[in-house]
Amino acid sequence: MSELNKLGLAEARDALRAGDVTSVELTESCLTAIDEADALNAFVHKTPEIAIERAKAADDRIKAGDAPSMCGLPIGIKDLFCTKGVPSQAASKILDGFKPEYESTVSQQLADAGAVMLGKLNMDEFAMGSSNETSVYGNAVSPWRRGNDEAQLTPGGSSGGSASAVSADLCLAATGTDTGGSIRQPAAFVGITGIKPTYGRCSRWGIVAFASSLDQAGPMTKNVRDAAIMLETMCGHDPKDSTSAELAVPNFEAMLTGDIKGKKIGIPKEYRMDGMPTEIEKLWVDGAAMLKDAGAEIVDISLPHTKYALPAYYVIAPAEASSNLARYDGVRYGRRAQLAQGDGITEMYEKTRAEGFGPEVQRRVMIGTYVLSAGFYDAYYNRARKVRTLIKKDFEDVFATGVDAILTPATPSASFGLGEMTEADPVQMYLNDVFTVTVNLAGLPGISVPAGLDAQGLPLGLQLIGRPWEEGDLLNTAYALENAAGFVAKPGKWW
Amino acid sequence: MSIDQSTAAKVAKLARIKVEDDALPALASEFNTILGFIEQLNEVDVEGVEPMVSVTPMRLKRRQDVVTDGNQQDKVLSNAPDAREGFFAVPKVVE
Repeated sequence: MSELNKLGLAEARDALRAGDVTSVELTESCLTAIDEADALNAFVHKTPEIAIERAKAADDRIKAGDAPSMCGLPIGIKDLFCTKGVPSQAASKILDGFKPEYESTVSQQLADAGAVMLGKLNMDEFAMGSSNETSVYGNAVSPWRRGNDEAQLTPGGSSGGSASAVSADLCLAATGTDTGGSIRQPAAFVGITGIKPTYGRCSRWGIVAFASSLDQAGPMTKNVRDAAIMLETMCGHDPKDSTSAELAVPNFEAMLTGDIKGKKIGIPKEYRMDGMPTEIEKLWVDGAAMLKDAGAEIVDISLPHTKYALPAYYVIAPAEASSNLARYDGVRYGRRAQLAQGDGITEMYEKTRAEGFGPEVQRRVMIGTYVLSAGFYDAYYNRARKVRTLIKKDFEDVFATGVDAILTPATPSASFGLGEMTEADPVQMYLNDVFTVTVNLAGLPGISVPAGLDAQGLPLGLQLIGRPWEEGDLLNTAYALENAAGFVAKPGKWW
Repeated sequence: MSIDQSTAAKVAKLARIKVEDDALPALASEFNTILGFIEQLNEVDVEGVEPMVSVTPMRLKRRQDVVTDGNQQDKVLSNAPDAREGFFAVPKVVE
């Protein structure tokens, strides 16, 4: 078999089990692809020795007949996950040199299942960004281009390295995390599948915290089946995360029948934004038609508080971030600023955090500090939490009418050029998450499925939002959409 | 509500992030842009609405209040920028 790195998880798993290929061969193919792709800046810490060692162990397990689905499959891990003995710095200067003494629960579960870690993937600093331009490692670059235009495009963010790596076939799949859209938006920008499960499905333990009430890990894969396989391995109760759900994890892959007859799919009118590109409007209409052709019933629904989701998010997420990021003090881990003669501990904190945090992180920490400060707590933070209650109720009301899933565009535009948003104010960048952020606020599962190309040849994605804990049903609806959309485009190799 | 430079300086101080004086006007202006966006929330009628505490309706699990690990001083200190004699070292705190 040639170009093994181009396989998906399911194909590679089946080839491994059939004895057609070894994990070492798969892994070496990916390592070669990674070394050729430095121009994408997707892998920022490569771990070839660990990869080969795990691949050999996986081959032994497969030979012994003890092979879970992920066994022997080479994947990338977002830099936000703590990985034992391997740099884990959330793409921040403040965690320069940090090598955890422990492994995140999700990456441990993947390792226990035999998955092979190829290295750590680029991202926005502390997962704060929508274009991977806030990373201390520099921008991750999308493998996609606008026709023959050589301008570098963003793979989206914050899981931009994961998106770029999977799309460019540097790995079979990757982990991502999603606080406001950080799995689904980048997946849509590069034409891959990304699912954020219900809040509480995946343990957050060992994942560098951004906004704890919103953060969830999830897989970024080449297709829906692969997402089902990898999600199952990532999920499960963990006593070390008190918000992780004590619920059985179904066999998601077995739920992929493609049969969605009689399912009720809601189309929320509030997602029809002024100034939305006609191509995205058309993609959305086409997507609804595909689901209808597959036997689903399409209904118009209303989620009246949609418009307030982004402003509520930009209170709640910075508030939680300001609290979570208080731990970066230059004492216990990471980088401490050079101090001047006579500097005390306050100067150490202030200089360390000024040097260690980039501008977007500083901005959010300070906004969070402000909305939590005495006198403003009620006006901002409590009000935002009340609006969050209303946003969740919007979804509950819709699901109570029998709606099984909600179809929306994944993003308000296709990928844009790196640097193109530099002059815009921060709020313009925040609008990238307008269709995804409601899902985090309501704690629901959401999946982005590639569904078409725009006139410039760039991928566009559709999002399906499911009922809480019903990822299996959601994945099946996504599977039907994927089958109907028949998206097969890949970026031409220029790197 | 509009943020002036002295408020921006106070927020930076509370957040323990050093901001040079000449950077304060731009910072205050960015805060105002973001807060202007956030103020849309004032349009929402939140009378009688409970602020969300937990997005999933479940009680946090309790566990036995017992020691689960320990004796890992080397590991705890292994990433410290300055560790000496088994302790984290920091600049003088008390005069």
